[in-house]
Amino acid sequence: MTDFSDAFAAAIGLVLGLDTSLTEIVGLSLRVSLTAVAIAAFIGLPVGAAIALFRFPGRFFFVVATNALMGMPPVVVGLIVYLLLSRAGPFGVFGLLFTPTAMIVAQVLLVTPIIAALTRQVIEDLWIEYEEQMRSLGAGPGRAVPALLWDGRFTLITAILAGFGRASAEVGAVMIVGGNIDHVTRVMTTSIALEVSKGNLALALGLGMILLVLSASINAAAYLIQHNTKRWHA
Amino acid sequence: MKRVILMALMTTVIGLLPGPALAAEKFFTLVGTTSTDNSGLYEKILPLFTARTGIKVRVVSVGTGRAINIAKNGDADVLLVHHKTSEEKFVAEGYGLKRYDVMYNDFIIVGPENDPANILGLKSVVDGLAQIAATKSFFVSRGDDSGTHKKELSIWKMTGIDAAKASGTWYREAGAGMGATLNTASAMPAYTFSDRGTWLKFENRGGLRLMTESDPLLLNPYGVILINPKRHPHVKAKMGQAFIDWITSPEGQAAIKAYRINGRQAFFPNAKK
Repeated sequence: MTDFSDAFAAAIGLVLGLDTSLTEIVGLSLRVSLTAVAIAAFIGLPVGAAIALFRFPGRFFFVVATNALMGMPPVVVGLIVYLLLSRAGPFGVFGLLFTPTAMIVAQVLLVTPIIAALTRQVIEDLWIEYEEQMRSLGAGPGRAVPALLWDGRFTLITAILAGFGRASAEVGAVMIVGGNIDHVTRVMTTSIALEVSKGNLALALGLGMILLVLSASINAAAYLIQHNTKRWHA
Repeated sequence: MKRVILMALMTTVIGLLPGPALAAEKFFTLVGTTSTDNSGLYEKILPLFTARTGIKVRVVSVGTGRAINIAKNGDADVLLVHHKTSEEKFVAEGYGLKRYDVMYNDFIIVGPENDPANILGLKSVVDGLAQIAATKSFFVSRGDDSGTHKKELSIWKMTGIDAAKASGTWYREAGAGMGATLNTASAMPAYTFSDRGTWLKFENRGGLRLMTESDPLLLNPYGVILINPKRHPHVKAKMGQAFIDWITSPEGQAAIKAYRINGRQAFFPNAKK
């Protein structure tokens, strides 16, 4: 299989040559996915914690819905966002289709359910552990939301990383709403798909390797931060 | 709570980072076919247009069927596709202003080297497809409502064979772009119907080779249309028309003519003067 060694050479060539279009593509990938994950965390963490702690009618529905939405195919999310942002759709006047903003919107929709569902599980488990203690201190579910989010922060980082993994790996949604426009909306995954369609399998695989390394570095950084602060607190 | 605040800060900071495209940039959106993009033509000729006018072109490449759909929704300013009947219908229905001839290339049939249907050297593409069907040799169709797919179906129609009936047996519908379909054909291996540009540029041929070409039925004309600004007022009519004027001008036509893939001319300009 010469393809794998060619891919390796292609990846190293791109990185060492500091290929400008590569840095642009990597930069946009990070900008889109990190922004989407930050927004998704901002929504998903409190929503997940609230579903875990409050008892309200329809709660069962929310739990099942967030869990089910974790499995939403990116291409369906892309299609929904496309129809919403299209000039013929309800938000067409903003002209957001085929921009990085549209890609962020799609990824927020993809990632929020993941963060919310995982947060709900983490917080529910913590609440079982702390409920008695917190109630005896006079703290109900309302007060418990921020306290438990803070207490579960190390586990919740994993939830956020799972969301980031989903965002940075998906191609279906960003392809439809971004359009894979060179220098504007081309990210790592869409350029891999493009190179495959051109038959440049080695270059495509090389780009895949770079994406994998990037994802590994972000996860490693998160792990180290988690690990070191944990020790600091201990 | 601190984390939440941190997240909020992060969001704002990242959101504020300047994107690659600034608002002041002059651009319009061209929706076109995957075959033109995969052939590498845009990379070569669009910079010339940008250098002359300062207008950047954002290219979205999808199959002709979806391209027309995107154009109908007003999500692009200019449409550049290759299925004359659909294009004329698009204009007749008032979605586009006028169809201009731009260029043509041609379709070909490629297939496995050992040629199980024995079509190599046949002059008639209709006979070629009939033989593929008769021998039940594998054939991969785009199956994606693209211009190439529509053309392939129109030739099947001439053979009198209902290939769709055999779908899933020897006739396989990939539902994918031209490059992806060629990848499938090269892996099976199978015959497939391709435009010449994508084939010339395609690097993963494996055991595939050119089988049928030069039948007049295989001509592949491209047309360019400005989306009707009366229907979609936000359409960048001035910039879109400037592009159409340029690509049909002697300069644009010469740029198309000069484009070579592996030393071969890939597209033949045919704008009317």
